[in-house]
Amino acid sequence: MNLRRDVFQAIADPTRRAILVLVASQSMTAGAIAANFDTARPTVSKHLQILTECELLDQEQNGREIYYQLNPKKMKEIADFIEPFRNMWDDRFNKLEAIMKNYRPEKKEDGAKNKDRRRRR
Amino acid sequence: MERKTKIDAEDGKQDLMITREFDVPLELLFKAYEDPEIFEQWMGTKVLKLENKQHGGYRFETSDPQGNVVFSANGTIHEFIPNQKIVRTFEMENTPYPVQLEFLEFEDLTAGRSKLNMHVVYRSVVDRDNILKLPFAQGVNMAHNRLEEIVSELK
Repeated sequence: MNLRRDVFQAIADPTRRAILVLVASQSMTAGAIAANFDTARPTVSKHLQILTECELLDQEQNGREIYYQLNPKKMKEIADFIEPFRNMWDDRFNKLEAIMKNYRPEKKEDGAKNKDRRRRR
Repeated sequence: MERKTKIDAEDGKQDLMITREFDVPLELLFKAYEDPEIFEQWMGTKVLKLENKQHGGYRFETSDPQGNVVFSANGTIHEFIPNQKIVRTFEMENTPYPVQLEFLEFEDLTAGRSKLNMHVVYRSVVDRDNILKLPFAQGVNMAHNRLEEIVSELK
């Protein structure tokens, strides 16, 4: 079953990610979702179809309208979902580490700030 | 590629722990948080205000290449103990996510290494999970706001 791969393909697209963010806070109709994008309505519909097919979105009929909402259960099932969050912090911290490894206080114009530079252990 | 950052997020809890060991001494790790110029470099954002003291505040914002502000965040500093601890709030502006509480603890390790423990407490389990599920929310909001700016300019 390719469901797992499909889910990650689904969230690889920036518009589909934006749709997930939109409906994370409230359920919305296709029209309301489309109004947030500078994309043709059928394109947005296609994105909604893909998200619904891999169960990231639930459809709910309310009178004549169909509302889309995030399927938190599906999101949770994807254990690897924590990875982007971890990667975001890992990238930041890698940058921090690289900057501080090359950090030389002597280079600064105002040495006053660094006059009490501590001994390295 | 091996990731050095660890995230502990237990099911059904409204907090999480981010831990990371750095190949730099404790003083330099702390400096990366204390010095606004260095903070800007690794966080990729512009620091508007950074008052490193109890009851101090901070604010930063990120702009696109055209200079439009696409993301901003702020918070209050509750505790600031150099080379040991920072307690602060963090709030992403113009997003549905509530303010969160952050406890940063800086540890000295041997041989010029150091460790950061970042304990983040969210308003609810749902709020934490929303952030975890949508770690790209920040980037998306950035892109989304930019889109709004472009569209409004066309009108």
